[in-house]
Amino acid sequence: MPTTTRTLMTADLANPQLSWNLARDASEVLEYHFMVNALVAGSIVAVMAGLLGWFMVLRREAFAGHTLSLMAFPGASGAALIGVPATWGYFAFCAAGGVAIGRLSGPGRRSLSEQSALIGCVQALALASGYLFLSLYGGVLGDLENLLFGTVVGISDSQVLVLAAVAVGTLAGLLALGRPLLFASVDADVASARGVPARRVSVLFLVLLGLAVAETSQVTGVLLVFALLLMPAASAQAITARPGLSLLLTVALGLAVVWVGLGVAYFSVYPAGFFITTISFGVYVAVRVVVGVRSRHGAGGMAGRAPLVESPPPQGVIA
Amino acid sequence: MSVGHGEFVALLGANGSGKSTLLKTVLGALPLAAGRMSVLGRPLGEANRAIGYLPQRRSFDSGTRLRGSDIVRLGLDGDRWGVSLRTPKGVRERIAEAVEMVGASAYAQRPIGELSGGEQQRLLIAQALVRRPELLLLDEPLDSLDLPNQAVVAALVHDICRGAGVTVLLVAHDVNPLLPYLDRVVYLAAGHAVEGPVDEVITGETLSGLYGLPVEVLRASDGRLVVVGQPEAPAHHHDRHAHDHAHAHDS
Repeated sequence: MPTTTRTLMTADLANPQLSWNLARDASEVLEYHFMVNALVAGSIVAVMAGLLGWFMVLRREAFAGHTLSLMAFPGASGAALIGVPATWGYFAFCAAGGVAIGRLSGPGRRSLSEQSALIGCVQALALASGYLFLSLYGGVLGDLENLLFGTVVGISDSQVLVLAAVAVGTLAGLLALGRPLLFASVDADVASARGVPARRVSVLFLVLLGLAVAETSQVTGVLLVFALLLMPAASAQAITARPGLSLLLTVALGLAVVWVGLGVAYFSVYPAGFFITTISFGVYVAVRVVVGVRSRHGAGGMAGRAPLVESPPPQGVIA
Repeated sequence: MSVGHGEFVALLGANGSGKSTLLKTVLGALPLAAGRMSVLGRPLGEANRAIGYLPQRRSFDSGTRLRGSDIVRLGLDGDRWGVSLRTPKGVRERIAEAVEMVGASAYAQRPIGELSGGEQQRLLIAQALVRRPELLLLDEPLDSLDLPNQAVVAALVHDICRGAGVTVLLVAHDVNPLLPYLDRVVYLAAGHAVEGPVDEVITGETLSGLYGLPVEVLRASDGRLVVVGQPEAPAHHHDRHAHDHAHAHDS
């Protein structure tokens, strides 16, 4: 429970103070089992959300990602209603949401405006069902704050195991989709002509994204998933156009954000989710500013660019 | 009707006459309603590995953060499941070869979204070429390029056809940029087709017969052809694209 954890962190731990010796600070953080669990869970999620999020950004499916995160609400309230752990509800609804969005708004089959409208419909229906489940359940959703803002510093050993298992499965799926997913993401028509089942690939990707989002929302909460799902990937893509390097950078940024965020939160009275999100945002803003300044000064800009038409156009053409 | 090895053939015709549909049929993406067709001596759809396909104009979003060479590479192994952590030397050479064939070496390492329409089009042709296809299907490769770039890309396709012995079937809206290079044209209209050399097909007599309407073909002093009277109002231009896109997505 985050409330008890927060009490622990602020009162019972005798007010941890940040010293200038970072090694000693780090070893102090690692003395607490809940902090080790938080770091492990956060790292698992940073890697998985980063990689899935990288493709989400490339495919311009941030709205789908956001909608999948909100699936956690009907997931949690549905789980409470039938008396199973909330985690099950998260996974079931997020994966089902991926199928629903993929089947209904099939990228390539519909225009972008139709797609976003359909995703919005799925989102509204999901939230309404969650509300219905909650009122049928009749009680108060005890974990409401967990649902919204995550439980990263209150995560148990068994939850870490579940996170690791689902992450391994999700990443294996992503590795298997690999190149056809990249192909279908940037060039669905040619990919289809080359025999890539583009529509099936995009549904499978949304299911994997749903699982990744379900995991992420357990750490950052439903409202802050983009801290790990979107911002590291968007930062990395702004830095480099080399896909391999970009994916590595995404993971590195995600891990750094989680570690620094948890470390700072340990020595602070404010919640981890706030720091993780704010640091992630800070990285993104810094990257955009640096990239913007560099391109304005010509580095990698128009300078040194060979003209496409070197010679005058051939005869027969009105210039 | 048949297209021979190493020929450069243009598919012409009015909006909605079925040029793109014919190209997709050659790919096996759409079924034949009637008749028979074989591609490279094999049934439809079975020769696709030997076909390079460039669909109707698509441009990359300016935020697409992949290099031109990555886009070209997808043409080579983008349909293979899994990932490749390292780029084998052979793959690098094939990409460089295709990029060089279209003269895009200077900007192939830049993000595709930052390139101009003509540069993107060259890299997309390189993507279609990277598997060393025997047949190249190009759907309106000159559409939405400015006139100098239309001439450059037309000459480029001609060089590829002659230099590498690749058969080219190209859908075009306007035959003029292609006039110096074409072996034959196929003109589609009103459910019928006429084929032959440009001089025989694009004449007032042939096109009037095809459309069943009086059509005139005027020749400018620089050799350009202007077709007057064909049922094709410019106002329909955008409708045609909306229609074609919907069609492509249905397929």
